[in-house]
Amino acid sequence: MSAAPLLCATTQGETLELSPSGPWTVAHGHALEGLFDAVLPRLAETKNLKIDMTDVRELDTLGAWLFEKMSRRALDSGHSATVVGAATRYAGLIDDVRQVNRRMPVSIPAQNPLLARLEVVGRSTFSATEDVSVFLQMLGALASAMFGTLLRPRSLRVKSLVYHLYQVGWRAIPIIALVTFLIGAIIAQQGIFHFRKFGAESYVVDLVGILVLREIGVLIVAIMVAGRSGSAYTAELGSMKMREEIDALTTMGLDPVEVLILPRIIALVCALPVLAFIGSMAALYGGGLVAWFYGGMSPATFIARLHEAVSVTHFEVGIIKAPFMALMIGIVASSEGLRVKGSAESLGKQTTISVVKSIFLVIVLDGIFAVFFASIGM
Amino acid sequence: MNGFSAQFAIRVRDLVVGFGRQTVLDHLSLDVRKGEILGLVGASGGGKSVLMRTIIGLIPKRSGHIEVMGVDIEGAHGRDAHRAAVKWGILFQQGALFSSLTALQNIQFPLRENLVLSETLMTEIATAKLEMVGLIPADGDKFPSQLSGGMTKRVALARALALDPAIVFLDEPTSGLDPIAAGEFDDLIKTLHETLGLTVFMVTHDLASLNTVCDRVAALADGKIVAIGSMAELLGSEHPWVKAYFHGKRSLMMQPEAN
Repeated sequence: MSAAPLLCATTQGETLELSPSGPWTVAHGHALEGLFDAVLPRLAETKNLKIDMTDVRELDTLGAWLFEKMSRRALDSGHSATVVGAATRYAGLIDDVRQVNRRMPVSIPAQNPLLARLEVVGRSTFSATEDVSVFLQMLGALASAMFGTLLRPRSLRVKSLVYHLYQVGWRAIPIIALVTFLIGAIIAQQGIFHFRKFGAESYVVDLVGILVLREIGVLIVAIMVAGRSGSAYTAELGSMKMREEIDALTTMGLDPVEVLILPRIIALVCALPVLAFIGSMAALYGGGLVAWFYGGMSPATFIARLHEAVSVTHFEVGIIKAPFMALMIGIVASSEGLRVKGSAESLGKQTTISVVKSIFLVIVLDGIFAVFFASIGM
Repeated sequence: MNGFSAQFAIRVRDLVVGFGRQTVLDHLSLDVRKGEILGLVGASGGGKSVLMRTIIGLIPKRSGHIEVMGVDIEGAHGRDAHRAAVKWGILFQQGALFSSLTALQNIQFPLRENLVLSETLMTEIATAKLEMVGLIPADGDKFPSQLSGGMTKRVALARALALDPAIVFLDEPTSGLDPIAAGEFDDLIKTLHETLGLTVFMVTHDLASLNTVCDRVAALADGKIVAIGSMAELLGSEHPWVKAYFHGKRSLMMQPEAN
């Protein structure tokens, strides 16, 4: 049953007679290809090719194609080729294989790799304008949906809004508190370790307080939310797009932006400042604990120094950025979700793009705010 | 005994499959002869796909025996299961093409994973399969998301046939196709069945396919095969469900010659 395939080649005058035997099936593909390659040089030399298939016990597409390839090779070099002795049950297969691989696909001329690379750079630069326009479109659609909701407050999807508040707000609290707690602790530890060299350990309170309240608290929280909730928004909207749910909404006369996106973004805009506040408090708590156990500063001293070091302005500067960052994350996540095409691969790609882009934009926005607050003296 | 079992491609004996408290297949027995096209009909949710998926090992069975090409697939793990997979090709209902690969790469995939072949030969074989299912070589460069429903099914069939399996399982091959495309697909199955000597196990609701393509039809109801035989025999069956299926309003519209 598992006998190996063989190919006997005998030359009689100007005729090369090939007598294959055994199973010529795909299971022996590697051996068959070896046999084919071995006989290939002799095909070009002979005038007549004769393939006697009497001893072939099993034949499938691969075997039939190899014989067809041999006879085509012979015919191409202007010689004759005949196939005899094929079992009748394989006649249909042999006829079928004779038709295939006639039309070779048009080969695309190889591109200069340098030019191809340049083209990619050019195209992605050009598509940046598209990104901007998609962002502005979503902002506009959102504003118009918001305006419509203000005119008809009952059209706001309260249930959806509460659900998303629960998802992106309440359920995010543990992980956000944990991460910011650790960040605060690390900042305090590093501060104490390095300030100790010139005896300025007590300034660690200023470092932690100002850094956390102005920058790190809100930035870390926004990045966490972009990774956690932004990606969820993109994936949800993207799979709705894939399954034509968004088209179904449109045909029922509903605005997908109003029904799906507005509640999500309002939830995000409401939740992020709260999360940023919780995050900042957790970071200060972490910093305070490290100052106590590692720096030997009692909690009462820490709180008293904190009171002197930070003013409410620092807190305002931090927290005022949160809703804008939330809006940025929400718009990017939603518009990337709506750009998902039919395939599962595109869903993954858009989700990645959404997270990368929103984190990038959150950091850029933070930079712009820093410049703005510095110039107005806050 | 050996000669007896050699004439069957698939033998299922006393198969019981269930989920939780629900029993979907209840002591079901079914033989599929080598080289035939067997159509399986049954109510929606009645266990047709479950039977197919159990035979190919995607769903665990509670009891019973399944033999495919004389090999008991009980506890066939690792290499054995892998070897069994070479013997069959499966066309899933939605095609199940790998979305990150082009049509041609999809067809090459089983070849690449199971055999050691040169890239040229693999491309030639894959193109040959592509043409045998009625597509042109240029279609091979398309990604699954760029293919129409009918083309997806054809590419999926080409992939199922890539290793020239002895058995092909088709799960509702003509669902979602227009009558012309469905008719062409039926012809294609028939032609490939003749040229490649396939055994075809086909789950279908398409009465036209049952009429034109299938050698035998098996009816699945209440977790058992309640009738099996040629289309004419099934039309004469006295089982109430089979009667309702083939003599319902829609069925009569499809086969006026049956009256």
